Amino acid sequence: MSGRPAKTVLTLQVNGEPHELAVEPRATLLEALRYELKLTGSKQGCDKGDCGACTVLVDGRPVLSCLTLAQASGGKAITTIEGLARGNQVHPVQDAFDLCGALQCGFCQPGMMLSAAALLEKCPRPDEAQIREALSGNLCRCTGYTQIIHAVQVASGQRSVQERDERPTTSGRP
Amino acid sequence: MTATAPAQTPLHQPALHESGLKHTTGEARYVDDLPAPAGLLVGQVVVSPHARAKILRRDGAKARAVPGVHAVYFAEDVPGLNDVGPVVHDEPLFATSEVQFLGQSVALVVGESYEACRAGVKAVEVDYQPLPAILTIEAAESAGAWLSEPHVMERGDVALGLRSAALRFSGEVRTGAQDHFYLETQVTLALPEEGGSLRLLSSTQHPSEVQAIVAHVLHLGRHQVTVEVPRMGGGFGGKETQAAPFAAMAALAALKLQRPVKVWLNRDQDMVQTGKRHPFRCRFEAGFSPDGALLALDAFLVADGGFSTDLSKAILDRGMFHSDNAYFLPNVRLKGLVAKTNLPSNTAFRGFGGPQGMALIEDVMSRAAERLGLDPAKVRARNFYGPAPRNVTPYHQEVKDCRIERVWQELLASSDYAARRAAVDAFNRGSPWLKRGLAITPVKFGISFTTSFLNQAGAYVVLYADGTAQLNHGGTEMGQGLHTKMLAIAAHELGIAPERIRAMTTATDKVPNTSATAASSGSDLNGQAVKQACETLRQRLTPVAAQLLQVSEAEVTFAQGRVFSSARPEVAVPFEKVTQEAYLKQVSLSAAGYYRTPDISYDRAKGRGKPFHYFAYGAAVSEVELSGLTGEHRLRRVDILHDVGASLVPTIDLGQVEGGFIQGLGWLTCEEVLFDDKGFLRTHSPDTYKIPAFGDAPADFRVKLLEGAPQPDVIHGSKAVGEPPLMLALSAVAALRHAVGSFGRAGAEVELSMPCTPEAVLRAVERARAS
Repeated sequence: MSGRPAKTVLTLQVNGEPHELAVEPRATLLEALRYELKLTGSKQGCDKGDCGACTVLVDGRPVLSCLTLAQASGGKAITTIEGLARGNQVHPVQDAFDLCGALQCGFCQPGMMLSAAALLEKCPRPDEAQIREALSGNLCRCTGYTQIIHAVQVASGQRSVQERDERPTTSGRP
Repeated sequence: MTATAPAQTPLHQPALHESGLKHTTGEARYVDDLPAPAGLLVGQVVVSPHARAKILRRDGAKARAVPGVHAVYFAEDVPGLNDVGPVVHDEPLFATSEVQFLGQSVALVVGESYEACRAGVKAVEVDYQPLPAILTIEAAESAGAWLSEPHVMERGDVALGLRSAALRFSGEVRTGAQDHFYLETQVTLALPEEGGSLRLLSSTQHPSEVQAIVAHVLHLGRHQVTVEVPRMGGGFGGKETQAAPFAAMAALAALKLQRPVKVWLNRDQDMVQTGKRHPFRCRFEAGFSPDGALLALDAFLVADGGFSTDLSKAILDRGMFHSDNAYFLPNVRLKGLVAKTNLPSNTAFRGFGGPQGMALIEDVMSRAAERLGLDPAKVRARNFYGPAPRNVTPYHQEVKDCRIERVWQELLASSDYAARRAAVDAFNRGSPWLKRGLAITPVKFGISFTTSFLNQAGAYVVLYADGTAQLNHGGTEMGQGLHTKMLAIAAHELGIAPERIRAMTTATDKVPNTSATAASSGSDLNGQAVKQACETLRQRLTPVAAQLLQVSEAEVTFAQGRVFSSARPEVAVPFEKVTQEAYLKQVSLSAAGYYRTPDISYDRAKGRGKPFHYFAYGAAVSEVELSGLTGEHRLRRVDILHDVGASLVPTIDLGQVEGGFIQGLGWLTCEEVLFDDKGFLRTHSPDTYKIPAFGDAPADFRVKLLEGAPQPDVIHGSKAVGEPPLMLALSAVAALRHAVGSFGRAGAEVELSMPCTPEAVLRAVERARAS
């Protein structure tokens, strides 16, 4: 289109790998990740920074990639959900979310887990208030949040998977 | 993967979500995550800017000239029927002569990018002549604008019951709309196939209906349209009927342009265009004895259907079917109507009218207790269904195997209700501005589609010679764990590990003519069909195994990946040995299963029948603390005891109970859908529409499933779980009423409207203090 701003080339450091790509100045980091780099784990839930589904880590801090320009992200270390595992070793947060059933539809999960991973990085044994505060920007419509809090406690080694309000293992069995 | 050591069977055991690992690694693909096929185009909808207007002119010429725009489609471009109404044909795909709500689709612009589409949408010329619009239930009632005939249920003598009542009062109960706010918005990707056929990848709870609607819109046979659901990022009823219009638009463009076309709505577009939970306006007159026995209820329920019928009649019906909740109403008359307004067409939402009906009767119970100065828990308990003659619903179905009394007593004890209620009252006497409230409320929820023929399901199970299996069933996965449960059932029946079975994406070319994954029925219906298909396969494998093992067929047992003699378990072969042998012996290794719920029917004209196969029960105790200065509150503690029968997978069911409660809490306390006086939705994104967040979850949340309670005639003794827990959140409203009431004088009715936002609570506190 005429009048369309020219794309500029930048290098994004994503999950430890440099990626050279050409984006328009107004492209968000989320658009660059999803549609240029095909890293679709980061989701668009609202596109205005209110739901947290697009959360990625930039230099270790949780950032809303739908409100961040790709151009402003050059030279910074970006971690998406695809890069949270180290080789075949899943991150403790990933393992705990799976084991605790801290997910249903899964759409909020990548952003939620990255927020949780960032919390544990700076605060290895958070109390419940700190967990609620750190994840307060991530909305989940399915779980009711309690399982997520439990999962973060499990990931930080403070509780066991089974240890939650007498979580039954045989309830309702005839 | 299982959470514990391998058990005899995966049934009734904790299990990880079937897609859990894929979700946690980001590998799970939703429709918008699928790799873009070559030549992909995208679509954007042109919507009405008026709540109601005559369309004078529509012209897409300038839009078609926008660079990057490939097509602009209006109603005239639809080769078949320009209608997407699921039951009644009163919902045009594209408006023609009149628009009936702000946000109604008028045209579709298809282009190479969303940017091109946005420019195209701006260039589409539509001239409107605004007309007066109906934006409230009151206005619809005044205008006589209805989408339904009256539906009446009646039993006993209401007039006599009311006359004999010592306490007789009337009132109005309103419940608000609720946006589904599935995290993944509406999306369909349509792919042209050979010979004018189409394949759709759609985020829908009802692939068969999307298929049917696409077929009639495009004037195709259904055999030319395949709909597949990879997974959904939440549905909650919002993708039962309302995925279809956008799927039909993608399909129309893909067929005409012979290119892949995706129609995806962003959050704001989704919230403006799609329907919500029906607001209800209920008026009632009730009669009680001095000790709190309900003697008569006369109620009139009006549901706001929005501009078209959609599923509104069935939703109103379910509202009426639940206006008794767990209570025997000796003399009752219920009348219901669906109002037509110039708003988006309200639709299915978890509970499907049931929550609205239950909100009515729970408010009546609270108000009676407040007026009589009695503990609301006692008033509720004394009105429960019981032995005959106190076991007949307003629609004349007998309540059998009623578990509410058991649930209630166990929860009163485990939550320490009586001592805590006294403690709350003591706290309130010493605290002028912070007040607490404690309440227990019951849930009885009818299970079955009330349109009886919908209670059917199919499955198709494929075994390969290596002993692995693919599992197809008619249900869709929206996060609720249906695939996890179906895998447990199939693994149990075939006697192999769930890891040897792959749950396939739901597709209309595998299992046809399915019902929506809705009405909490996914496990009940599809589970039976899966079981039947697996039984057929086992029966075919049994003679093969008997010959391999040199034992009688009666002895052949399938469990834990082996096939063995029940008399001599050491005489065994691996399951895959039997499938390999069956293949060599030319035995078919694939089977279809089918199930229909027996013995249910309902005569709407007579208001009589047995619409439900059974009822699910539960109860919740909520404790709140609110500030009389700000109206804000928090949940200090919630105790839930819920009846899921013999849980198929307890970890999944606990997630449904907890998540359902919180979603109900959102509807009742913080989610407020607001339209302005032009019919424009002011709350069209999470910056103005607040769903519960971490801070809204109870500080202390204790959820248990009822133990030792298998349900007869339901798959492996289980019970449906999707919707019933949502209504447990009514306990929070009852607790708020307790807290608000403690600001005023005893014996006065609390005037608290729903949703109980801080504004609503503050108004109620001020009214209580003035009393």
